[in-house]
Parts: sequence; structure tokens; C-alpha cells
Amino acid sequence: MIRFENVRKIYDDGFEALKKINLEIKEGELTVLIGPSGCGKSTLMKHINRLNNPTSGKIFIRGKDISSIDPTQLRRSIGYVIQNVGLFPHMNIARNVAVVPKLLKWDKENTAHKVDELLRMVNLDPDVYRYRYPSELSGGQQQRIGVIRALAADPDVILLDEPFSALDPISREQLQDELIRLQQELKKTIVFVTHDMDEAIKIADTIVLMKSGEIVQTGSPEHILRHPANEFVTSFIGKKHLTTDTLDPGLTVDDVMSVNPVTASPERGMAAAIQFMERHRVDSLIIVGKKRELLGYVSVFNVLKGYRHEDSRLGDIMKPFVHVVESGSSVALALTLMNEHGLPYVPVVRDGHLVGLVTRGSVVRHMAEIYNPDDMSLEELTAEAEKLKEETPLEPAEEEEEEEGGEHA
Amino acid sequence: MELFLRYVRENWADLLVFTGQHIMMVLIGLLLALVVGIPLGILASRNRVSARIILTLANIIQVFPSLALLVLLMVVFGLGTTTVVAGLFLYSLLPVIRNTYVGLTQVDKSIMEAGKGVGMSPLQIMLNVQLPLALPFMLTGIRIAAVIAIGVATIAPLVGGDGLGREIYSGINMNNSARLYAGAIPAAILALLADFALERLQNGTRVAGR
Ligand SMILES: Nc1ncnc2c1ncn2[C@@H]1O[C@H](COP(=O)(O)OP(=O)(O)O)[C@@H](O)[C@H]1O
Ligand SMILES: [Mg+2]
Repeated sequence: MIRFENVRKIYDDGFEALKKINLEIKEGELTVLIGPSGCGKSTLMKHINRLNNPTSGKIFIRGKDISSIDPTQLRRSIGYVIQNVGLFPHMNIARNVAVVPKLLKWDKENTAHKVDELLRMVNLDPDVYRYRYPSELSGGQQQRIGVIRALAADPDVILLDEPFSALDPISREQLQDELIRLQQELKKTIVFVTHDMDEAIKIADTIVLMKSGEIVQTGSPEHILRHPANEFVTSFIGKKHLTTDTLDPGLTVDDVMSVNPVTASPERGMAAAIQFMERHRVDSLIIVGKKRELLGYVSVFNVLKGYRHEDSRLGDIMKPFVHVVESGSSVALALTLMNEHGLPYVPVVRDGHLVGLVTRGSVVRHMAEIYNPDDMSLEELTAEAEKLKEETPLEPAEEEEEEEGGEHA
Repeated sequence: MELFLRYVRENWADLLVFTGQHIMMVLIGLLLALVVGIPLGILASRNRVSARIILTLANIIQVFPSLALLVLLMVVFGLGTTTVVAGLFLYSLLPVIRNTYVGLTQVDKSIMEAGKGVGMSPLQIMLNVQLPLALPFMLTGIRIAAVIAIGVATIAPLVGGDGLGREIYSGINMNNSARLYAGAIPAAILALLADFALERLQNGTRVAGR
């Protein structure tokens, strides 16, 4: 759809802002240009609507060299949204949205109709907002107007230059969601500049990562997260976005296991076991001997089944573990086992003795601690852990064990 | 005071004519200043060099004492209203040029880029974005120019012009304070009215724009 061929840009002051850019932006996709401030994202984007012209190289839209298109004509066919101040302060909302249709000399009725339709699309009541001035709107509302103004003349291509970066986090999230929705509905080719990796990962079909006038890597968010091209990409992605794929291979189960699982001795009776499970809100118990040698486990179902026999002991109904990991094994091994066999947890043993328990929750918690002690709030962490628990109903609830120090019954 | 009131009662028709002449001279001078000054202000806003030249010239005119300027103009235009109007025009020029220039250059660059980005031609950006946003500033310039012009116009009789100045100078010459007041008070009222009316207009544009 949009193709850059060997585009170089040297500004009048001699600064080389773009160095031989080759890039293909696909039709109907949302492409995010991202990189540190000053790396040339805006410069690159402004080449698409000829607010900048290349020093050398060519740009094509649908195969047509845009240097042969009249710039003002070209700009009317491309939507353009810039950070916060893009609205005309002396025009009311209706006139702002209608700017491009007016330049294209649409008739009044058509234009008014389109304005109302667009306002409704972003959940702003036309009767309320039509005659307001930009300064009477909140930042989020203003930016919505900015976006629909770019959509007004139904362009195929829309350029957004850090449109949401001045907004508070809640408005930003909302507008990102709306943009994704609009994109799915309207199937426009969108080029979006940001310096926020979270935003890029959330909305992009394709991410183009730039550094000092060059493209460092291009690919889907998933691809870039899993296969960062180099050190710069890794550091730019930020540690918190690293997935298990990129787990430090040196990380062992001992680093992530919880060391106080809820255990019980094989001599316990059924009633005692149930009470114990209830108290610790777990649905299975790990059975260990006097010296913490690992014997097996019982689930709440086993216990209920054995309940009829008053003299039965946990030792009679427990099941042996099929999969355990040795202390010192890699976390990857434990995760693979859990994934392949659908296990809620795996015990970690040393010489047949229980030393800890790897659960999904414990892995998440560990990663969160290492990678972003500040970024993720406690609520988010808890929510994450809750989700994992729902997926793995047999996992011992670990908040309890932390409070009570992993009691042994 | 009694004398003054009696004088006004007996000569109100003449006073009205003088006031009319006064207003006409100011209006014509001001109008000419707008016609010439606004384009010059726009020109000045386009680049640094033109700004330097235009603003310096306008400044030089402004620092000329008003009487000296009128006398110089009299050399060219002879005695009469033309000289007065030319003087008022020159005096109004600087406030108009300077405020147009300031108004245009204070418009946020990113708003102008937005105009460019949506596909406005340079002329459309000027007409649809820059000038409307500069309007409150330009009105300030017109307001200042009007008040100055009303004041300067009172010395018109010295170069053969008309207006309320006639009464003032007659009053001085004949040592007739009633006459002097009959010229000076309406001139002051005119200045206040112009100031007030233009301020209202200015506030109007500001409310619409913000
Ligand atoms: N008109 C210009 N003249 C000279 N240098 C410029 C101009 N515009 C941008 N630059 C420089 O080009 C580099 C890239 O700018 P820009 O594309 O705006 O970066 P980004 O949008 O990635 O933050 C910056 O170093 C900036 O200072
Ligand atoms: Mg930028």
C-alpha cells in the first residue's frame, strides 16, 4: 500500500534524520512506528503526506510515486492526527470535523450528516457537542474529535502522530480500544507513531522499531517480543514484556518455587485432612514423611471418597507423583512438564525429599518481582494469580501458606 | 459652566458638524491604515528580514512628533484635510502593523501544521486559521490607533483641517474657555466611546474563539 524506497532525509541544517529507509506498509493494517524520542518517527510519517519531502529515494502509495501528486490534494486524501493541539480553537466541533469535507467542497447537508455520524461513532451526542468549542471539551474528547476529523472525508490512509500520549492513562486505554474497534470496522490503513511499547503491543498489527534514523526491526508484536533482533530491541521492549520464551536459561526451579507448600503426614485421618484443607483453602495436600521425604498427594476428591471408612489414613489413599523435578533443574523443564501433562504444580525434590513446589502462580510472582516491582500493582498481581488459580483448581492457595508458614499436619 | 452650556445650546449645530468632520477624518485615516497596514503586517509575519524592515520603518514614523509630521506632510499636500488624513493614516499604521504581526506570529505552529496537514493551501491557512486567531490582537491595534487618531486630529486646524480642533483653537485664541471645552469634551468622549466599543468587539471575538 505505502512503500518507501531508499528514502533519505537530510534537513536544511544538515542533520540526517532518515538513513536509507526501505519499508512496506500493508493495506488495512495498523502499523506502529516506535522508537526513542528524536529517532525520526515523525519525520518518516510526514513523508507519507508530503509534509516532508525526501532528500533522495521515493515513496509510493498504491504503486504511485507521490512526488507526482499535488501536496494539498494528497493531504486531503490522507487523515492526519497530531498530539493534543491539532484542533482549531476558533472553530466549533462541527466545523473542525468538517474541515476536510469543506476543502473538498462537499455540499452542506452531506457534510452535516457525516459530522453527526462520526460524533455518534465515538459516543459523543451531536446535539450536545456540535456547537461546542475545543476548549470546552476534555482532553480525551478533544482527541476523539481529532481522530474523527481525520476520518471525515473517508480517507484510505490515516496517520496518527502520538495522538494519545498527552492523555491520562484511563482515557488513553479507552481511546486505544476505540481505535482498535474503528480499525476492525473500517479497515483503514493506519500508521501510528508512539514511543510507548505497551501501546504498540496493544494496538499494532505490525511494529516498525526505529533508532537514529534507521529501522531496526519490523514484525508483529509477538514476533518482536519473542525474537528481538538485537540488544537495543531487547532493552527498548523493556524487561517486563519478556515472555517465558526468553526466560533466563540459568533460572532454576529453586529460584521460583514456593518453599512452604501445605503438607500432611500419611497417618492423618480423613476428617482431619478436610479440616486442614479448609483451613488453608487448598484442594490437595502433599504427603510427606517425618523427614519430609516425598510420598505422594491426595486431592479433596480422594479424601471425600475415603471418608466412609473411619479408620482409613491419608497414606492409604494417596497417589504417588509421576512427575517431579530435581532441585537445580531449569524452570523451563518444570513449565514444560506442567504444560504437557496439564499439571497444576510440580514438587521439587532433593534426594527424594520435598524442598518446594513450582506452581504457575509462583512463576508469575517471581517474574513480577524481578522484572517490574514498580510497574505492576499489587491488584494486578493478585488478579493474575487468581486467573491462574481458576485455570488450575488443584493448586494449593498460597496466600495462606505465606501467612501460616506452610504448616504440616 | 453656565457659559459653556449656553454656548453649546446656541451652537449645537456647528458642534455637530465639527464632530462629524472629526469622525470622518479619523475613520478615513484608520481605514487607509487598515488597508495598508494589515497586508504589511502579514508580509512582516512571513520572514525575519521583511519583519525587520517593515517594523523599523513604522517605528520611525511613530517617533516623529505629531506636529512635525503634519507640517512635513503640509509641504507635500498643502493646507487642508488631506494633510490631516495622511497624518492620521501614518500615525495609525504602526499599531495596526505591529498588532497584526504579533497576532499572526503568536499562532501556535502546530495549529498551522494541522491546517497544512489537512490539506489547506497557504492562502487557506492564512484566511481560515491564522487571521481568525490573530483577530483579537488586531482589534487591540485598531483600538490603540483609533484613540491616538482622535487625539491627533484635534491639532488639524494648525494645518488647515477641520474638526473639533477648530473650537479648541478658537477657544484658546479668543480666551474663551466655554468654546475650548465645547471642542475638548466631545473629543474626549469620542475617544472613550471608541475605546469602549472596540473593547466590546474584541471581547466578543475572544469568547467565540475560546
Ligand atoms: N525541521 C527540522 N529541521 C532540522 N532538524 C529536524 C527538523 N525536524 C526534526 N528534526 C530533527 O530530526 C530528528 C528526528 O525528529 P522527529 O522525526 O521529530 O523525531 P521523533 O518523532 O522520532 O521524536 C530529531 O533529531 C530532530 O531534532
Ligand atoms: Mg515525533
